[in-house]
Amino acid sequence: MNDDDLERLKTVMRAATPVPDDAKKAANLALARKSFERFQGSKDALRQTPDRPETGLARELGKMLNFLSNRVALATSTAIVALGAVMLLSIGVALDPPTISASREAVTPEPALDYQAQAGATAEVRSSAGRASAERRLQALSPTTASGDSDDAPYAMGEIGFERHIVEPSWPSLEGNSEEFASAGDNQVKVTAESPVSTFSIDVDTVSYSVVRSSLLNGYLPPVEAVRVEEMINYFPYAHPAPDGDAPFQPTVSVSTTPWNAGTKLVQVAIQGALPEIEDRPPLNLVFLIDTSGSMDEADKLPLLKQSFRLLLGQLRPEDEVAIVTYAGSAGQVLDPTPAPDRSTIHAALDLLEAGGSTAGQAGLQQAYATARGMTEDGEVTRVILATDGDFNVGLSDPEKLKEFIQRQAGNGAYLSVLGFGRGNLDDATMQALAQNGNGTAAYIDTLGEARKVLVDQLSGALYPIADDVKIQVEFNPAQISEYRLIGYETRILRREDFNNDAVDAGEIGAGHSVTAIYEVTPVGSPARLTDPLRYQADEVTSSSDELGFLRLRYKSPGSTTSRLIEQPITSDLAPSPEAGFAAAIAGFGQLLRGSSYLGDWSWDDAIALANANRGDDPYGYRAEAVQLMRLAQGLDQR
Amino acid sequence: MQPGTGRWPRRRTLAPCPFQGLTFGVRQTTVMYMATSDEELALAAAGGDAAAFSKLLERRYDSLFALCFRLTGSRAEAEDLTQDICAALPAKLAGFRGDSRFATWLYRVAVNAAHDRRRRAAAHAKAAVGWGDRELDRRAADAEAAENARWLRQAMRALPNDLRDTLALVLDELTHADAGQVLGVSEGTISWRVSEAKKIIRARRETEDRT
Repeated sequence: MNDDDLERLKTVMRAATPVPDDAKKAANLALARKSFERFQGSKDALRQTPDRPETGLARELGKMLNFLSNRVALATSTAIVALGAVMLLSIGVALDPPTISASREAVTPEPALDYQAQAGATAEVRSSAGRASAERRLQALSPTTASGDSDDAPYAMGEIGFERHIVEPSWPSLEGNSEEFASAGDNQVKVTAESPVSTFSIDVDTVSYSVVRSSLLNGYLPPVEAVRVEEMINYFPYAHPAPDGDAPFQPTVSVSTTPWNAGTKLVQVAIQGALPEIEDRPPLNLVFLIDTSGSMDEADKLPLLKQSFRLLLGQLRPEDEVAIVTYAGSAGQVLDPTPAPDRSTIHAALDLLEAGGSTAGQAGLQQAYATARGMTEDGEVTRVILATDGDFNVGLSDPEKLKEFIQRQAGNGAYLSVLGFGRGNLDDATMQALAQNGNGTAAYIDTLGEARKVLVDQLSGALYPIADDVKIQVEFNPAQISEYRLIGYETRILRREDFNNDAVDAGEIGAGHSVTAIYEVTPVGSPARLTDPLRYQADEVTSSSDELGFLRLRYKSPGSTTSRLIEQPITSDLAPSPEAGFAAAIAGFGQLLRGSSYLGDWSWDDAIALANANRGDDPYGYRAEAVQLMRLAQGLDQR
Repeated sequence: MQPGTGRWPRRRTLAPCPFQGLTFGVRQTTVMYMATSDEELALAAAGGDAAAFSKLLERRYDSLFALCFRLTGSRAEAEDLTQDICAALPAKLAGFRGDSRFATWLYRVAVNAAHDRRRRAAAHAKAAVGWGDRELDRRAADAEAAENARWLRQAMRALPNDLRDTLALVLDELTHADAGQVLGVSEGTISWRVSEAKKIIRARRETEDRT
């Protein structure tokens, strides 16, 4: 046995270990704090009544120190403070020894405990139904977690603990980059008798689908937290019935069988926004706010952005105006408001854009809004379009202030849309936050084809809002539905009382947009029910109605501060919409990518077959592309 | 869908400039946590105390980074790994129940994150082999240091991942029992792995000495 090798290794290793880089350290600490705040925020929002556990010693020490220092200011004996501090410091040392001597029994199933503890922590914020299903899945997983002593155990744990876990967030990055995604754990099954009402905001963003596509085309599965099922479903145009007369949109509810579960049904709520004649649309003022920081200097970033905007220019009408503001180092206006027909001036300004310098997003944002304000006349539509690869250093030191700022601008009619370019640095979470607060949409442009879809084919929807703060509330009838589950919209869940509160922000619908929300519902008496009825609470159902549920929709006309209400019963005889099949296939696609546990043995083959059978009229080939992506994912999902 | 339904909504004019006097400040929290143990801070942080979280991470950052370096063997990788951990830590921390030492718990988080990264890197087929050359060479100023760096690199590369992880912890002055807790194996397994690692390194040295 040669211990010299180990000693040498130790010495050399110590010499080789670098000191952390100060700047990186500061950035990482800031990132952690931000993440902490976000995590606490999402927890509190879900939980409504923040219940912070009493943390004993820490708090007591804090109080004691405060007490001491207050007293000391008055008293004369500074020696007492010194003594107090020394005493406390020595406690700290005693509590923080460099090693502990753990006995053999103390070794192990720690990871399993850790996992259960985590599951428990998130279970707090869910209904008991959610907890029951979480536990069920824990049991299903436990064969892997049970072994403590085999060499493989920690790796298996890593797998569950860090990738396909049911518990909330995971590592937010792909290998070697700093992408951040807005995400939340899957919506859990709710027991109708316990919580019959489901409330959420609509979401017309399409970032998630583009990110999924870009990941799959690059040969890897997208990070689970980048997959938002509702954004994948809403990426596609659907032929839903258009609204009559002056109504901004038309809801269509359909009930169909669930492809992945014979014992449940899918209730689809589809909303189709009106698409008025292009010729009649009000004049448009666009301010491009372009990130020209150094990181934009890649083929799929600034050059793609320029091409995309040229495509967009072709769609503008003579009375529209365009301005360009850049941000990098110093913010600057590179194109004063220019009428759209003056193409050569606009093209020249675009051509001159070059990547370089660091990012200072906030000043650029202010300048863009100031420009927008100068351009707007009565009856015109104004929008700031922010294009970035995610290096959006908006002075986010106080995200609340920024949020307020953007919200106020949106309240004054200047909406904000966000276009993401390139991978590796995409700050999806910030993009979402900005667009949501700015009453705009977020889209991710990975190819010129996608640019065409967003900026040409669906330009009207992207730029002209027809209804603001659209909220959906569904009340299920416990006499008919024992359980339900909202597929997707995890980041858009609202509190029940927020539905009627016009001060609470929600998603916007643009001209021609369609939005679909899918519930998987379990009829009373179905063997597919996941939870058992409670033993001690009489399962009394007073309603004799045969409706499955009741749909309520609230929206505001753009610029209005009071909402209007649309109501409609959901009955079981509603025919399946011809578009329901494809939406269900995409819902299945998204859930397969998320590793959802609700699909049973429904496979990629089933998803592909279902999507193929429902391709319908697919003039631009979006649906055909989705089938290709499913096949790619199927090949990559053999891990 | 075809255009031709509904009417374009008309908006009113914009209000005056709303962002005058707007400042983007940093919120400050000053709480005394000097003498509190890691475990107390961690529990406070798990309960939502941002200042405690901040303090805890500042305190543990350097050792966390050092471990990340030992696990990955390159400064860049270590920085990325540390960043991953920093971002995910608040959520993970919710699961900290104080039934193990915080340092042990944090190391376990780090080791799991490193595995996760490795697996993802392998899936991308552009796996960073670990123990890359740049950082070590950069730091090797003189001939002896360069020789040491070369030796370290080759020694670490020769080891399979589980042995390398074990060494990364043991070389960090963790006891075999603690390392066992971090990796979720018994103390005996750690001791066995350490001796396996020594065997491999010795075998390499002997081959080299012969050539």
